[in-house]
Amino acid sequence: MPILKFIARRLGLGLLTIFAVSVLIFLVTQAFPSDPAQAILGRETTPEALDALRQELGLYRPAITQFSSWLFDIVRGDIGKSFVTQMPLSEYIAPRVGNSLFLMVVGAAFSIPISIAVGAFSALRRDKTFDKTTSTVSLVLAAVPEFVMGTGLILLLSTSVFHVLPAITLIDAGQAPWSDLSGIVLPVLTLVLAVTPYVSRTMRASMIEMLESDYVEMARLKGMSERTVLVRHALPNALGPVFQVIALNLAYLAGGTVIVERLFNFPGIGSALADSVRARDLPAIQFLTLMIAGVYVLMNLLADVATVIATPRLRTSLK
Amino acid sequence: MITSPEVEQIEKPSGLLRTALRLKRTQIGLGVLIAMIGLTIVGPIIAPHSQTEFIDMPNSLNIPGALFGTDYLGQDVWSRFLIGGRSILLLSMSATLLGTTVGTFLGLLAALTKNKTDEFIMRIFDVILSFPQILLALLLVSMFNASPILTILAVALSTTPRVGRIIRGAALSVVERDFVQAATALGESRIRILFSEVLPNVTGPLLVEASLRFTYSIATIASLAFLGFAPDPTAANWGTMIQENSAVIVIQPWGAVLPVIAIAVLTIGTGLCSDGLSRVLAGIDRGGKGE
Repeated sequence: MPILKFIARRLGLGLLTIFAVSVLIFLVTQAFPSDPAQAILGRETTPEALDALRQELGLYRPAITQFSSWLFDIVRGDIGKSFVTQMPLSEYIAPRVGNSLFLMVVGAAFSIPISIAVGAFSALRRDKTFDKTTSTVSLVLAAVPEFVMGTGLILLLSTSVFHVLPAITLIDAGQAPWSDLSGIVLPVLTLVLAVTPYVSRTMRASMIEMLESDYVEMARLKGMSERTVLVRHALPNALGPVFQVIALNLAYLAGGTVIVERLFNFPGIGSALADSVRARDLPAIQFLTLMIAGVYVLMNLLADVATVIATPRLRTSLK
Repeated sequence: MITSPEVEQIEKPSGLLRTALRLKRTQIGLGVLIAMIGLTIVGPIIAPHSQTEFIDMPNSLNIPGALFGTDYLGQDVWSRFLIGGRSILLLSMSATLLGTTVGTFLGLLAALTKNKTDEFIMRIFDVILSFPQILLALLLVSMFNASPILTILAVALSTTPRVGRIIRGAALSVVERDFVQAATALGESRIRILFSEVLPNVTGPLLVEASLRFTYSIATIASLAFLGFAPDPTAANWGTMIQENSAVIVIQPWGAVLPVIAIAVLTIGTGLCSDGLSRVLAGIDRGGKGE
């Protein structure tokens, strides 16, 4: 089974990448900074406090030992405790993972169908008004940073212009995110607006390529109805390249939402990371970054596999 | 040097730029970009107050001499707006330049060597690409003492593999061509082939990618400031201003409105430029005139 071999090889590569990622995270957070203890405690501290923290961090051990014990603990499922709250990190992170997952699923549930529809329709109406309008809008949406777009939405929808939505999410980390639905409208809207242009552009390009392809021409010549040609022939094949972009955007929705969660005070992993960075909570920073990067690698892997399975040409060329 | 006339004609950057400038979107984008650069040059000179000067009660409007009132610390919003773009623009330009240069070099090297070096460079790229851009920059900037150089390095590092991949892809077809083979056969050094044979033939994708990366660098650097990691947290900076003043948006909106408009206009301008360039490049690729 060449496809299984391909998946196994890709999985191995993914694991290697995650290992390299963990090395990079360790180097940046613990090995390169001249003294992480100093960085955590700040300038106004006593030598005793510094010494105690270095002991606790195990900074007197060689870097290799520090790294391997950190990684082994994580692999064993022990992610340590927060410096700031002294709580086990798992308790701090677990509810936030659920919240971010909820945000991601809702964001994806809106953005994927919308962007595929917009992209496919733009391709059919190529260079007509609809296509030109959506291409300009998506250009603007893709260029403007999320926090600027989000603040713009707050200004428009939560303050003087139209006061219809709350500007921030008023839920605690332990509370279900759907208990305050009006509070998640703006974060979801910002994420959807940020993600949609990329998927719809890819969909448009891919659909145009399909519409110009020989076999779509062939299907038309066979006398099939335009509807059948589009739905049965063009659309499914146009989705191949779109998987790649969708997976990347899911990864973005899962982990790159630091800014959006921070802006709307949404208690997910993104805002947890922003808080940990501010508090210099080293174990939390290390684990959260590793987790987000892990999701990224996993999504890329799924995208590659899905693309190969969805594209007959690639599937048959596997050796 | 043996160069096919067709390559000579299509890949010249001046040709790409000139064609792109015939598109309305590129004209508008470039106009906006020049206006914003002008603002960041002239702004700090004409600002009526210094960026950290206390002028009146915090969060007030209708103050004589302060067009847009005061911010949460009683500083002049208008002056901070005029001053707050310079560092964003300078840092993002430097980061783009550095990231694009290193990325281009590594991309060309990977395409030319096509062996263990290529494999090694691509795997390193994969590792860096496993982080969302803002995450890697945030990690680097927060772990070391914030400085302009560190911000530039952090953003350039996350830019490098993105540029490198594109350039490698574009260069792979170039290195197979006759004139590169000829130069290799003549015994030209690898570095010379890299810069004088391959580089001139990938300037199109390079220009498009650089303009795209510029937009993302502006976004990343402004976002870092928004998260509280500007090189100087007290200095006027559009990203910092949005973060500081968004809590009081209801009573004093200008402190957030002005920088929101400024960053949006700037990034739309650079976005229009790169869209114009990439349209022309895609048009040329298809054999059209790119109009």
